[in-house]
Amino acid sequence: MKKKEETFFQLISQKPWEASQAKLDNKHDGKTLKLSREKIGVRTIMVVSTVIFSFFVVAYADRMLIHDWKNMPEPWLLWINTCILMITSYFFHKTKIASDRSENVKVKNGLFTVGFLSFTFIFGQMLVWYQLLNLGYFAASNVANAFFYMLTTIHGLHLLGGLIFWGLTISKFLKGNYRISKMQRSIELCAIYWHFLLIVWFVLFGLMLFT
Amino acid sequence: MPDEFDYKIEAKADMAASGTSVPPIDYAPVAERPEQELYHSKSWWTTYVFSQDAKYIGIQYTCVATAIALVGLALSLLMRLQLAFPNLSLLDASVYYQFITMHGMIMVVFFLTALFLGGFGNLLIPLMCGARDMVFPYVNMLSFWVFVLAVLVLVASFFVPGGPTGAGWTLYPPQAITAGTPGNLWGIVLMLVSLVLFVIGFTMGGLNYVITVLQARTRGMTLMRLPLSIWGIFVATILALLAFPALLVGGIMLLLDAVLGTSFFMPVSVSMGELLQTEGGSPILFQHLFWFFGHPEVYIVALPAFGIVSDLISVHARKNIFGYRMMVWALVIIGALSFIVWAHHMYVAGMNPWFGYFFATTTLIIAVPTAIKVYNWVLTLWRGNIHLTVPMLFTLGFIITFLNGGLTGLFLGNVVIDVPLSDTYFVVAHFHMVMGIAPVLVVFGAVYHWFPLVTGRMLDQGLGKLHFWITFVGAYMIYTPMYYQGFLGVPRRYFEMYESSYISTVGLNVFITLSALVVGLAQIIFFYNVIRSVLKGEKAEKNPWKANSLEWQTPKMPPEHGNWGEKLPVVYRWPYDFSVPGADKEHIPQNVSPSEVAGAKVEKT
Repeated sequence: MKKKEETFFQLISQKPWEASQAKLDNKHDGKTLKLSREKIGVRTIMVVSTVIFSFFVVAYADRMLIHDWKNMPEPWLLWINTCILMITSYFFHKTKIASDRSENVKVKNGLFTVGFLSFTFIFGQMLVWYQLLNLGYFAASNVANAFFYMLTTIHGLHLLGGLIFWGLTISKFLKGNYRISKMQRSIELCAIYWHFLLIVWFVLFGLMLFT
Repeated sequence: MPDEFDYKIEAKADMAASGTSVPPIDYAPVAERPEQELYHSKSWWTTYVFSQDAKYIGIQYTCVATAIALVGLALSLLMRLQLAFPNLSLLDASVYYQFITMHGMIMVVFFLTALFLGGFGNLLIPLMCGARDMVFPYVNMLSFWVFVLAVLVLVASFFVPGGPTGAGWTLYPPQAITAGTPGNLWGIVLMLVSLVLFVIGFTMGGLNYVITVLQARTRGMTLMRLPLSIWGIFVATILALLAFPALLVGGIMLLLDAVLGTSFFMPVSVSMGELLQTEGGSPILFQHLFWFFGHPEVYIVALPAFGIVSDLISVHARKNIFGYRMMVWALVIIGALSFIVWAHHMYVAGMNPWFGYFFATTTLIIAVPTAIKVYNWVLTLWRGNIHLTVPMLFTLGFIITFLNGGLTGLFLGNVVIDVPLSDTYFVVAHFHMVMGIAPVLVVFGAVYHWFPLVTGRMLDQGLGKLHFWITFVGAYMIYTPMYYQGFLGVPRRYFEMYESSYISTVGLNVFITLSALVVGLAQIIFFYNVIRSVLKGEKAEKNPWKANSLEWQTPKMPPEHGNWGEKLPVVYRWPYDFSVPGADKEHIPQNVSPSEVAGAKVEKT
């Protein structure tokens, strides 16, 4: 049995024709990483999302250098939304800990709180939109506005995608038809994804704040 | 369906010895891992339409991709007729541009990408890795249906006011969305929506392909025992997961420019004598985003083709693949390099010349691993027991075609040569050879090779050979004259060309068009062959090509739902044990244990 994980480069420099290697290989269980497939799935999605947001950031950085860029005000509501998202992440972390300890009531309350706060965040973002549109900051009037609307939308869509999995988890939880280890895993993965979206929001908000 | 775990005791002892505490929840120890719960469909709809069986999804992908490819083929033949016989006035300028655009986009994205990754990926990955299905079958099913939706949206653009977009498959702004370009209102929007859907659908599928290869292989199947087909598809999928986001981002921003009138890419411009509202946008930013997707896209198509060719060549030459490790490394290196060569598509876009210098260098470097692959194929043939079966013919055709397409690419990779040739038919011939004809030859070879696995019947070899020779020779009759035309300076993208004072293109154009018609019609032979063989073809014996990889070792052929019957196979060797010196068998399948083979010496690869 192999004792530690080999790096990708070690793996592709194996010499499978050598007898000693063949002996090891015959016992190989066919898994490359010691992670569940769901966890790798979430990580892959986070990598792809990171690439997507990086392209947006690059486009933003490139586009803001051109003279027609007019900065947009940041309504104070955005700060409140940021706080809500931070609190959501905090509660998700608590829920995850509770689920690891199998404290069912806490998990249930935690999941509902998280869902409520996430929808509040999305609602808050829409309020910000409403305010800005009332002030006359249209997407077509300046590209900075367009970036703001586009980035908040994409971020919100990511959150909605996460909420689908949150919904699946909570419906399974309420029906009581689950394996504890599986439930712990789904809650953990949702929590990771929520933390990821919080970091993405920090980056996007910071970008808009400091430019 | 329990699998026998021979290593149970050993693994337990190992854990006890190492004295580890409770492992994290995430990792189930080897011996106690339950097998994947296999989904069983319950109704007609979930069996035949919304199927979650990867094999079936692969066939669905193949059929849809082929159907849309026929549309692309028809468009190209109509364009060729227009070029050869401009007097007929078959197409006017705007229709010609629309056909160019749709032909390009359909063939590159909706045909080749979908076919290699969606089609062959779904069919081969679980079977070759020894899995019962993909890791997320439901997501896999969704991926296919989102792809179907993307195709339908694309096709719908033929029927909207103004027709499909005529901006060229690169969709460069500002012209893609300004008045004067055909389909600038509806067509471009549908095209972008279709691409966004495609990317979303592909990401769902790609997740499956990557994680299945990484985590769901059978016992004994290490990464370095995987068939090269899987390596090609695996690396290509990773490329696609990282490259398609660039298309997605560019597509979304262009969509907003088109629909909301934002100016991400739209500079100050005057259209029809009126100043547009937009200002400050950066068209070159779109080009960077597009080609950051566009160049890896070439390798997304090419790498699976490389992998499949390696397997076909080894099986049909009865010889192990030369330099297996080198082949894997070449795939990985090509994949990595393909992300830093994109701007060689933009030499004429007005970049800083130093930029072009950098990209010319990286482009030429990528020729090194590619050349390694070609050498290794040729060395695999060397002293092999070459069977000139139909798959082998297509494979040989691929090597030659890829070679001459690739060599012309070396010239075009240099700025000084690219600048004068960029707008000519030389480029058309180059990219059709390297990523049109070459991958399509692999597709045909692969279809002839794996057809018995899918249907249990053989394709007719005689018809196959006829189909090969017409397609292969015909392709050269189409594209060799185009290289020549390019040297003469005949511009591409022109919808009609008559005699001019310095170049006559009429005769050559007629010749090319007639060849294209012959090749196009010759595909009827292929489809006739497929349909005839499905209905009443010769029944295939098990493992008709005497191959070693796992997909041929299923208990039943074609494999049933769940692929492996009661017990998953156990792998003891790589898939290239052909003509092993001293062995009493001519070929040794991957799941044959060493004790079953007498006298085999281990051979260094």
